[in-house]
Amino acid sequence: MNKPVLGLIAGGVLGVFDGLTALVSAPEVAPQIAGIVAGSMGKGLVAGALIGWFARRVNNLSAGIVFGLVMGALFALPFALMPDPTTGQKYFWEILIPGSLVGLIVGYLTQRYGQVAAAKR
Amino acid sequence: MRELTDAAVARLRDAVDRPDTGDRYTVHELLGRGGMGAVYRATDRTLGRDVALKVLTPELEQGDLAGVPGARRLEREARVLASLEHPGIVAVHDAGTLADGRPFYVMRLVRGHRLDEQVRQEARGQRLRRFLAVCDAVSFAHSKGVIHRDLKPSNVMIGEFGEVLVLDWGVAKRAAETDAGALAGAPASDGDTGDGVAIGTPGFMPPEQSLGASAVDVRADVFALGAILRELVGADKAPPALRAVITKATAIEMQDRYPSVDALAADVRAWLDGAAVSAYAESPMERAIRFYRRNSALVLLLVAYLAVRLFILWWRGV
Repeated sequence: MNKPVLGLIAGGVLGVFDGLTALVSAPEVAPQIAGIVAGSMGKGLVAGALIGWFARRVNNLSAGIVFGLVMGALFALPFALMPDPTTGQKYFWEILIPGSLVGLIVGYLTQRYGQVAAAKR
Repeated sequence: MRELTDAAVARLRDAVDRPDTGDRYTVHELLGRGGMGAVYRATDRTLGRDVALKVLTPELEQGDLAGVPGARRLEREARVLASLEHPGIVAVHDAGTLADGRPFYVMRLVRGHRLDEQVRQEARGQRLRRFLAVCDAVSFAHSKGVIHRDLKPSNVMIGEFGEVLVLDWGVAKRAAETDAGALAGAPASDGDTGDGVAIGTPGFMPPEQSLGASAVDVRADVFALGAILRELVGADKAPPALRAVITKATAIEMQDRYPSVDALAADVRAWLDGAAVSAYAESPMERAIRFYRRNSALVLLLVAYLAVRLFILWWRGV
């Protein structure tokens, strides 16, 4: 599987999982879970595609991991800063840390398992 | 009268056997003597380089092996080698006849160590990579319709640049088919190589070859390669999957072996890569352990992610 597609799929799947964990960590958000999962998947897809694109251009495991971590943090940041609309409570670290870790994992996955595109003739 | 010592006899014999190559080659010391002839280090005066010169020994010139005159066999060996242009097979530079009528051929002088000597200090992975290089050369020969029939550690050299070279194609046999896929099951057909007579080395020779069966095919080399693999990794010390590869390659019945050298090499390569091996049915636990070893960083990252999630739950008092 090429790196951008792998990044897209991994980002999407991990994004869905990350969103669903809100049901356990903050059960009070259950009524908004569909929106949370959709948002988490959306940011996972975009971040995954970007990380995959980076992995295709830069074939370096360390750089891929750092880029994934930064992308994960950047995409999680707006959601981390956003207060819960009903309770007004913020979940800054609860969103930022796992989001960054998901980015790191996608960065590792794309560098380690993504196939390098064949050279153009 | 004083008796001749063994050493003196050996020196006399060496002097008598020493080939007279005329102007082009200067013959130096004897490098080795085998069933097919003697190999000397020589200098090619025209090109100014050292070469290995293989010549039929006088006793072989008189006799024959498996009903085939020695001279014809050596000429045939040179032709077989010349037809196999591969980095893992030593190249023939010249061939001809000595002043005394004995045939000879000249090949690249390989400086290095025998496979079994070289790998003693090496890690198992490096040994297996060298083994794969041997498989690559033998597979190429099979694709050209040639079966080696005398593969063993002493017939493989590791050159000074780390290159792996398969030597001594003296008892090689041309199979009926040149297509590699058709070789398995197609009996070897070249009458020059003595059907019905056992040729090879005990321990590395499959049962059908030691019985002199005419239906020797590429699986004879698969057997020998399996025996080499056993020597390289030690059957007792090898992990179960690798042991299964050795067992399958050296099966008594030829139909139970790998059908080709490529299939054997694919399993060894898979084992090296941490992938599943076709010769071994692993348990779910073994599969899980293999998956973990192959993807340990990914598994640890996912575990770290879950641990962070659990920590957050604990922190929030959920």
